[in-house]
Amino acid sequence: MLKLLWLIPALPCAGFLTLAFFGPRLSRRAVALIGPGVVLASAVVSWSVAMSFFLAPPPGGAFVQELWTWMDVAGFHPKMALYLDPLSLVMMLVVTSVGFLIHWYSTEFMAEDEGYSRFFAYMNLFVASMLVLLLGDNLLLLYLGWEGVGLCSYLLIGFWYTDPANGRAARKAFYVTRVGDTAMSLGLFLLFTQLGTLQIQDLMREAHDQWGTGSKLATAAGLLLLGGACGKSAQLPLQVWLPDAMAGPTPTSALIHAATMVTAGVYLIARTHVIFEVSPTAQFAVAAVGAATLLIAGFSAMTQWDIKKSLAFSTISQIGYMFLALGVGAWSAAIFHFMTHAFFKALLFLGAGIVIEACHHEHSMFKMGGLRKELPVTFWTFAIAGCSLAGLPLVTAGFYSKGLIIWNAYASAGGSMVLWLAAVFGALLTSIYTFRMIFLTFFGEPKAHVVKRPGAAMKIPVMILAFFAAVAGFVETPGFLGHAHVFSNFMQKALPEAVERRGLGMSELGSEAVVMLAFLAGLAIAYFFFLKKPALQESVTEPPVGQAVHRFWFSDWGMDWLYDKLFVQPLWWFARINKRDFIDSFYAAVAAVTRALWVVLRSTQTGRLRWYAAVIVAGTILFVALALVAKP
Amino acid sequence: MILVWLIVVLFSGGVLAWIAARWNEAAARWISLAAVTADFLLSLELWRKYSAGAHFLPNGPWLVDFNAEWISIPLAGVNIHLHLAMDGLSLLMVALTCLLGIMSVLTSWREISQRVGFFHLNLMAILGAIVGVFLAVDLFLFYFAWELMLVPMYFLIAVWGHERRIYAAVKFFIFTQACGLLMLVSILALVFAHHQATGVYTFEYADLLNTPLSRGAAFLMMLGMFLGFAVKLPMFPLHPWLPDAHTEAPTAGSLILAGLLLKTGAYGLLRFVLPLFPEASRDFAPAAMTLAVAGIVYGAVMAFAQTDLKRLVAYTSVSHLGFVLLGIYARNDWALEGALVSMIAHGVSTGSLFMLVGQLQERTHTREMDRLGGLWATIPRLSGIAMFFAMGSMGLPGLGDFVGEFLVLMGTYYAGHFGLTVAASVGVLFSTLYALKFIQRAYHGPNTHQWKIQDLAPREALIFAPMIVVLLWLGVYPQPVIRTFQPAMQAIQQFSNAPGEAPPR
Repeated sequence: MLKLLWLIPALPCAGFLTLAFFGPRLSRRAVALIGPGVVLASAVVSWSVAMSFFLAPPPGGAFVQELWTWMDVAGFHPKMALYLDPLSLVMMLVVTSVGFLIHWYSTEFMAEDEGYSRFFAYMNLFVASMLVLLLGDNLLLLYLGWEGVGLCSYLLIGFWYTDPANGRAARKAFYVTRVGDTAMSLGLFLLFTQLGTLQIQDLMREAHDQWGTGSKLATAAGLLLLGGACGKSAQLPLQVWLPDAMAGPTPTSALIHAATMVTAGVYLIARTHVIFEVSPTAQFAVAAVGAATLLIAGFSAMTQWDIKKSLAFSTISQIGYMFLALGVGAWSAAIFHFMTHAFFKALLFLGAGIVIEACHHEHSMFKMGGLRKELPVTFWTFAIAGCSLAGLPLVTAGFYSKGLIIWNAYASAGGSMVLWLAAVFGALLTSIYTFRMIFLTFFGEPKAHVVKRPGAAMKIPVMILAFFAAVAGFVETPGFLGHAHVFSNFMQKALPEAVERRGLGMSELGSEAVVMLAFLAGLAIAYFFFLKKPALQESVTEPPVGQAVHRFWFSDWGMDWLYDKLFVQPLWWFARINKRDFIDSFYAAVAAVTRALWVVLRSTQTGRLRWYAAVIVAGTILFVALALVAKP
Repeated sequence: MILVWLIVVLFSGGVLAWIAARWNEAAARWISLAAVTADFLLSLELWRKYSAGAHFLPNGPWLVDFNAEWISIPLAGVNIHLHLAMDGLSLLMVALTCLLGIMSVLTSWREISQRVGFFHLNLMAILGAIVGVFLAVDLFLFYFAWELMLVPMYFLIAVWGHERRIYAAVKFFIFTQACGLLMLVSILALVFAHHQATGVYTFEYADLLNTPLSRGAAFLMMLGMFLGFAVKLPMFPLHPWLPDAHTEAPTAGSLILAGLLLKTGAYGLLRFVLPLFPEASRDFAPAAMTLAVAGIVYGAVMAFAQTDLKRLVAYTSVSHLGFVLLGIYARNDWALEGALVSMIAHGVSTGSLFMLVGQLQERTHTREMDRLGGLWATIPRLSGIAMFFAMGSMGLPGLGDFVGEFLVLMGTYYAGHFGLTVAASVGVLFSTLYALKFIQRAYHGPNTHQWKIQDLAPREALIFAPMIVVLLWLGVYPQPVIRTFQPAMQAIQQFSNAPGEAPPR
């Protein structure tokens, strides 16, 4: 069964090719069969491969499938090879399964759209690239998938291309992530030059053997990879593209900008974890980036009026949690949170999509309200996902995954009180913005008239996701709650276990209790501000200070403005003034001088004898005079 | 003899087409198509034979060799040979020439309607001269072929070009001719130096290889020859002829300029400058690499600044050929072989972009971005193809340009030029700017001018399908190509490493 591994990326790729070449000629029905169909097939193959992986684990805990040698130049011979271990397996399952649900949802969501087949072609290409990213056995193949998903992200953000604003958002996403990619490619050069391979497992072994702890090269490599991860995963300072990316169709936001692609950075760092273990500095940088991002994005999420932007900032913030987990060495906790996040965040986006369509493409939460009765299925599933995001204790997946990260932020080797406090405060923010979203959208006075209700193809996927958003957490529970370690035990073959610090002043139960308090506090604050006494909002945002802070948070801490001033405008300025290439003016000057000389010299050739005679006489006099003067 | 045929077929095809066009213009097109296709098949057959098992001739890394006396002055002891030889490097370049040659005939099928016969004569003459440049191993013959490329290209631009064609043609001619003369001086100086050392006048590549030269003399000769090639490449800051020539030339002209003529510069550096002047080249390498990186970044920014689609694509060549130059002077296996992959991939991807712009111009009669936009809805297939090649141009992995540029950058990094690698990587980043601008301004956005034009025609599909296949193939499995040029590159490496110096891996 494992031999079928290559089919998993190949199937969506085949779907892409079919739709790209024949899509416009196919009926919508056929497109709706092919697009989601290939992803379903890919998911089925994934699950069967996973089954045989569980039942008969391959020797060494990983399965490698070599397809062909990509290139072979003087000892650099990256292969087209797939690598399946618990880490890539879990991610592969999530990508194909959630991917299929979102494709299914899209058949109805996009039903009226002109670019129906184009949409599914891009989506299939995305799934294929994402799977290459996850399954690639060397960093170069990973990079292929990495850029491939970037391309699909660009194509899908700008899917409705006739609006220039969408194009701008799409290009911004591509530019900013490519800034990170540039850092990453430099990281690859460094790794290959120093360690002589890009095959990930060899690389990890060599890094471990050749670089001592604290090695400067390891730090450089780690930081460069972190740069790539920050771009793709929208972490500080490259997070600016993700909120704009919401210009794309909502299923795209669910699949690419919430569940899968944006967690590629998390995967990259987990995949190359040895480098970060060797360099504590780089690892601390990961934790610091994560902690800072989860806070600033949390603040921004609280101030958005656009439901999708609020969710986007929430995604940035949650990936911040994953980075924090990676940074403190809780590798499997990060992947655990990736998994639960994929379920509940995809669901939140899909729910938001239903709401937005229902309210006639209204994005503002302040113009919604009271949708609870009109859209009951959407309300309940959205609420489950929201609770999971905010971490409703005991019964939601998010509670377990986030609780684990917060505990590790304190207890594991790289943890500290400061990181823990940041994480707990982040949990409070999460709870506030999540319930703000739920209250504004589904409670209170109905403000919008529902024009479209979801059909089965949109409801069933959300219900399935809701189920997982609730129960997916039970595979990994804290010691005082059953002590299930299914997830981390499975992950252990690929990622080392988190090591606890010694001399802890707090127990896991204590940490979880504080997290629960943060959840309740957030719920209460959101309840008072956005449901009970909406007038309270104005009392906070009216004063000048409140206004300024609100604007600051709303605008993503002014970073767009800063980048605009620092990079975009100077580039435009240079492009504008130098459109005609000042280098050319040098050659133009040479030509002009030549031409001027030609004019002068030509004018001496008059063809009149007396003029020539006069010049000869003048010349003779001049030379004689010169000779006389020069004589003494 | 097969090497002579390669050239003769093209020239005679051109003459035949010229004659035939007096009666029937279509015949001229078919004759040149047949000639260049025959050449392409010949080169493929050579490649097949070669891949089946490399047979090196005893006198060097050559696979095929043709040597005949040409000009002989016994009194002075001068012997100039009609010496053609082919190794893996020239084989690939010839195959690329023929492939793009086919495309240039096809793309002119409807675009060129005036003086069809003379057009095809010029087209075939350029192609023949380019094949000659790639095959000549007698320096006199090489220079002859080199100059021979110039004249028909001048006519191509000046007769069938666009608005400012005369200006562009003259500029092209003066730039290349001026630097070509420097090259001639270098060649002659080298021949005389060789005579001084051995008493023999010869233009033979193999004989001149180990000419003993003083450091200063070698540096000057190297510089002269380098300039001759660098202007063709074109290296920053010798590039200003390129945007004008590319923009004003007819589509076939732009295709050949970008796809092939620029490559002759890179080929010359590889074949002649590095092996003939190894030490001097090494001394010069930092300067060349710095200029290369300047070209990469500057070209990309300038491409971004343009609003004329053809000018935009033209400036991308400055950027891409910067990678080639960088790779050649980083001088390790990765960089050199990356440079070669880059050359081929650039020929395909940029050539295709020129054809795409040509087709847009044929349909809309404009190249100005402000007059275009939103074309995706009316020409989805051409737009998809444009997206594909734009992605190739910005170095998306899985397509040929990526393989080349990645190897070049890795080799540069390995050679210890950290700063240059970073700057060149920023150049890759900037390529995103122009590639996406190209797509946005032509194909995305609102269709403000209500264009309704015809999508991909079958003839055009015939043009783009092979180009797409080649670019993908170079991107995911470049090994057959790499294997073909590897021995040739190793030979060049050997010559360019001074005795006693450990080869840079």
